[in-house]
Amino acid sequence: MIKSVQGCSETENQIKLDLDDKFPAIEMHDISKSFGAVHANRNINFSVSKGEIHALLGENGSGKSTLMNILSGIYFPDSGVIMQDGIPVYFRSPKESIKHGIGMVHQHFMLVEELTAVENCILNRKSVLVDLKKEAEQLSKFAHRYNIAIDPLTKVRKMSVSEKQTVEILKVLYMGASILVLDEPTAVLTPQEIDRLFVILRKMRDNGCSIVFISHKMNEVMDLCDRVTVLRKGQTIGTRRISETTQHELIEMMVGKSIELSIDRPKIINKENCLKVRNLTVRDAFGFPRLNDITFSLDHGEILGVAGLAGSGQKELCEAIAGLQKNVIGTIDFQGTSIMGKTPREIIKMGISMSFIPEDRLGMGLVSTMDIADNIMLKDYAFHSGPFLDRKSARMKAKEIIERLDISTPGIHHVVRKLSGGNIQKVILGREINLNPKLLITAYAVRGLDINSSYTIYDLINEQKMKGVAVLFIGEDLDVLLELCDRIMVLNSGKVTGIVEARSSGKEEIGMLMSSGSSFELDNEVTA
Amino acid sequence: MIRIAKKDDLSGLKANLLRVSAVLLGMIAAGILMLFIGFDPVVTYREMFKGTFGSSYGLINSVNIAIPYLIIALGISIAFSMKFWNIGAEGQLVMGAVFATYVTRILPPETNGILLMVLMALAGMAGGAFWALIPGLFKAFSNTNETLFTLMMNYVAIKFTLYLRSILWKDPAAKGFPKIASIPVQSRLPKVFGIHIGWIIALILVVIVFVLMKYTKKGYETRVVGASENTAHYAGMNVKKVLISGIMLSGAICGLAGMVKLNGMSYTLSEAIGGGDGFTAIIVAWLAQLSAPVMVLVSFLFAALKQGAQTIELTMKIPSSVTDIIQGMILFFALGSEFFIRYRFVLDSRKSHISSSENKGSSAIESSGKINEGGDHQ
Repeated sequence: MIKSVQGCSETENQIKLDLDDKFPAIEMHDISKSFGAVHANRNINFSVSKGEIHALLGENGSGKSTLMNILSGIYFPDSGVIMQDGIPVYFRSPKESIKHGIGMVHQHFMLVEELTAVENCILNRKSVLVDLKKEAEQLSKFAHRYNIAIDPLTKVRKMSVSEKQTVEILKVLYMGASILVLDEPTAVLTPQEIDRLFVILRKMRDNGCSIVFISHKMNEVMDLCDRVTVLRKGQTIGTRRISETTQHELIEMMVGKSIELSIDRPKIINKENCLKVRNLTVRDAFGFPRLNDITFSLDHGEILGVAGLAGSGQKELCEAIAGLQKNVIGTIDFQGTSIMGKTPREIIKMGISMSFIPEDRLGMGLVSTMDIADNIMLKDYAFHSGPFLDRKSARMKAKEIIERLDISTPGIHHVVRKLSGGNIQKVILGREINLNPKLLITAYAVRGLDINSSYTIYDLINEQKMKGVAVLFIGEDLDVLLELCDRIMVLNSGKVTGIVEARSSGKEEIGMLMSSGSSFELDNEVTA
Repeated sequence: MIRIAKKDDLSGLKANLLRVSAVLLGMIAAGILMLFIGFDPVVTYREMFKGTFGSSYGLINSVNIAIPYLIIALGISIAFSMKFWNIGAEGQLVMGAVFATYVTRILPPETNGILLMVLMALAGMAGGAFWALIPGLFKAFSNTNETLFTLMMNYVAIKFTLYLRSILWKDPAAKGFPKIASIPVQSRLPKVFGIHIGWIIALILVVIVFVLMKYTKKGYETRVVGASENTAHYAGMNVKKVLISGIMLSGAICGLAGMVKLNGMSYTLSEAIGGGDGFTAIIVAWLAQLSAPVMVLVSFLFAALKQGAQTIELTMKIPSSVTDIIQGMILFFALGSEFFIRYRFVLDSRKSHISSSENKGSSAIESSGKINEGGDHQ
């Protein structure tokens, strides 16, 4: 049932009532919350039934997090009411909401690293003496009910990200939560770990728990959930049963219009080497190798994707090539010339035009307190001769970039900090492309962007590829990497575990490469 | 419960209205205090106003006070825009005056006045730059805390001058009185409109600093380094070089203020040559939000307040401790207004919200929609 979505929120609310199951665990009615002039939530209706996994779907800034922070007692709504078993309830703090059985699993884990799993799970106890062995046994039994296999006496610090997440979920359950809110739980996991998480979540549902699953990954929602509520711009767009909806419809509800979601992958025109990296090792300030003996090459007109869990050495790789890392050994050749150990300014002076869009856009790529025009000249202000700045051409370039990339801003003198995430990304991308680079390095180019902006960015990157630019694309969404890139290099704890052809590879293969080494080590540690 | 929430950006007019009313409130508060001590606030304020604006003498004196404020504030603003918290303007000023005095000691006393002035100005700038360079180097190479470092450098400079006055440069002609010989008469700054040309130097500096920060590569680099060192590295800037040269420039301007005070007002070096101007100027720079043109106004207003206070000390026999309190209170309100321009207080109305919706049940949720709790937690 695909139909127009614009302006249908009122009728949707009525449909929602029909969709409601008989046993709502928690209902949120007409929730509104604003921050200054920003209406984060406007009359949102949302309810979860007992024994269901309910997806909360929406783009960044659609109000998902605000709504869930209200549910977990972090924010208090301006208006609206939360009902539990037909009685209005009020949460003034997370403590009160957990008393009502609502537990939140945040993206950033709230665990004490130096304590064991069981110690973390009983942290909220007020008792003085604790028999840890007995508690651990109890916890193991409890965990078994949800098919969770975990050693309660392992310190959290020794666990992998996915194990930490499991402990976090277990902790919330053990505190007595029957309604769990999971905020983008799959963002930090490999495909195999995601499968394991889903098994646990389904078991929880079968045991009568309610789960709110926040995500913007469509296939996960379709795979796991029973119902889905879509938010857009702080409003409820509608609630659907997963069995009665399609991905296409959900995207249309999220974005507000029908869009074609496919990424081009033009063929590489003429293979000619651009960048050769050999035996590259980067150490951090403590001498710990963040990148270990990396070797790869990148051709003109090629997009080389880099996959890997967060913190596998992606940042160091980008910064080493851009001349921003200090303890670097190995060789980096740009079209046959070594740029090893050169500072960014030296690289520019060698006549090498390389563009780098760092992960930290406001902290590194841009000066957040300056306006667009001032930011546009950040990379090339020094080329102008004489002591003065060439502000006129910077203004012209800024206007050009705003027009070309369709940046919505009141003007070129608008402070970049006040732009939206997508527009900030466009400013930096526009500036870097304007330099006519031979090599383009982008780290998480679409992080935090809505679907439309993301696809604009992919198009722009492809445009550069067609021009013969070599692109190093650091990504996090494997689906996108597989669609956009020519080859994908997988990083795992600072090592390259494989470079695969994107056209003939799948998520499973890359997932294996992303996690192989580390999970082996962890298994050893757990059994030891 | 009361919370603090961030405000939406105020328009310039509204913000200025808030600032003016804050100063008025400060005057009222100080007036209440005066009543308690036994002075008529209306008469006192009238006398203060007359003391500053009532005569050309008062005006000239105000400008005289404002000149060092303005020059130092300009110098400080360069360091501040790099987030180098230079609290050492006082010491840099003193060292500027020391270096300038040194020039008069090595040159024959009959040297041409203009030549002397130029050389003393250059020496003053070198002195200030040198004094700022020391904490600057430590900041750039070992990231020491510049606030404490520059603060301590003040006391070193002041005590050094004391040493010069009592021992090394003690004037033998002063018959045992520990003072340093005054600078040659021909090196005193000439007067234009009854005020030494320090005011022209200050205004030229305003233009130079404004253009430097806004229209030159050097100023751009300074601002980028101040905003984010990471970004500066990323853009290929030599952060250490930018930092050190900026700090030296900041110190040089403060040192020049020392020369202006020496050649324009005191004519003799002493440990009291700074007179706390280096600290007052920090407030001037900050209140002007590091904008060079605004500093002209703010430094004059500060000077006018000080001149007014000095007048009532004389005419009304009000003790200086009381005038200090008056100045302090007005300043306190003025600074406080900056807080209210950026933030506001929000009354947390949870209780009323809960009771209202509980009484009417869930059907009357709309009624509680009026309650605004807005604002993010910052």
